[in-house]
Amino acid sequence: MASSSCYNSPCAACKFLRRKCLPGCIFAPYFPPEEPHKFANVHKIFGASNVTKLLNDLLPHQREDAVSTLAYEAEARVRDPVYGCVSAITFLQRQVERLQKELDDANADLLRYASCNDVSAPPFIGPQEIGSSLHNMTLSRRMGYDHGGGYHFPYPPSSWNDQNPSGGGGNI
Amino acid sequence: MSSSSSLSSNSPCAACKFLRRKCQPECVFAPYFPPDQPQKFANVHKVFGASNVTKLLNELQPHQREDAVNSLAYEADMRLRDPVYGCVGVISLLQHQLRQLQMDLSCAKSELSKYQNLGGIASTATHGLLAAAAAAAATTAHHHQQFNFMTGGGGGGGGGGGRDHHHHLYHHHQFFPRDQPQQQQHQHMIRAFEGHGSNNFDASGLLIGQLSQFQAAGADGRRTPVDPS
Repeated sequence: MASSSCYNSPCAACKFLRRKCLPGCIFAPYFPPEEPHKFANVHKIFGASNVTKLLNDLLPHQREDAVSTLAYEAEARVRDPVYGCVSAITFLQRQVERLQKELDDANADLLRYASCNDVSAPPFIGPQEIGSSLHNMTLSRRMGYDHGGGYHFPYPPSSWNDQNPSGGGGNI
Repeated sequence: MSSSSSLSSNSPCAACKFLRRKCQPECVFAPYFPPDQPQKFANVHKVFGASNVTKLLNELQPHQREDAVNSLAYEADMRLRDPVYGCVGVISLLQHQLRQLQMDLSCAKSELSKYQNLGGIASTATHGLLAAAAAAAATTAHHHQQFNFMTGGGGGGGGGGGRDHHHHLYHHHQFFPRDQPQQQQHQHMIRAFEGHGSNNFDASGLLIGQLSQFQAAGADGRRTPVDPS
């Protein structure tokens, strides 16, 4: 966390907003004067008042991470005004789907080998179900949804419909 | 594109309804915020603000605006659900999933190659392999029960059925230490963002950067769980 001394140099936010950086400035700890672009991006995408409200709704120990993620999203949006950081999410979703399919195929091959060797394979459904249901519950709890998959980007980009092999871009 | 027929003479778009103003024929929001989806604009307004969205849309070509609005709506939704991490939390989770899938796949392929090498070896040897894997899977399930305390939910990401095999028998190496809360996982990611400078915001670059961050974190044997503190 930056220790911007308001007595010597205003924080990047107050510099940008051309106002006096007061001792209780909410931005000062997170927008040091040596990182002007950080606040410039956040201001452009979210606006100073929205960020102020958001930070005020958080506990002090949460604010640094919140500002970091806002800064990340803002920079991603400045670089890609159409998709922002959502492009990374859809990319990762497709990677996960692809690897999941590969894993399913590998498991199917293993079962085939097991049956070819005439081995009575133990039923692995129990551990798998426990693991997968716990995993899904963890995702649900993490995102605050009542069902897993609520974090999936529900709008397939119009330009990706022809390219997306899964055909849906991760629709819910 | 959602062909919103929210003519100002009939029904204002969700944005103008929210802003309590007349929905003009050339309203920039009308095509993307139909009146039957009030929450979409409410979220976007709360996180980004109407004027910021207007500026952003005006800087885009008309054919780009629908995707832009949808991605903004998604980001706003994620930020409201998770005010600290927003979309970054989703990215973190997905990378975690991806890393686990890669490890599982690697193990599965390793076992497959053993089968392929064994060929005509006696069935007792392969039975031993399967039994060992089953025992390891049972141990993993026990660990999951011990360290995961979530409740509720049941569907899988991307539709339930496809996720059922995620934690298969080759997950036996998975370990969620009790003192590795999810916040630390996100913080690992956040530090990586700050350290990577300005070149990792395209999807592939982000993935490579983040994977190496997590691989470094995992190299010392620590794993960060998905469950929150």
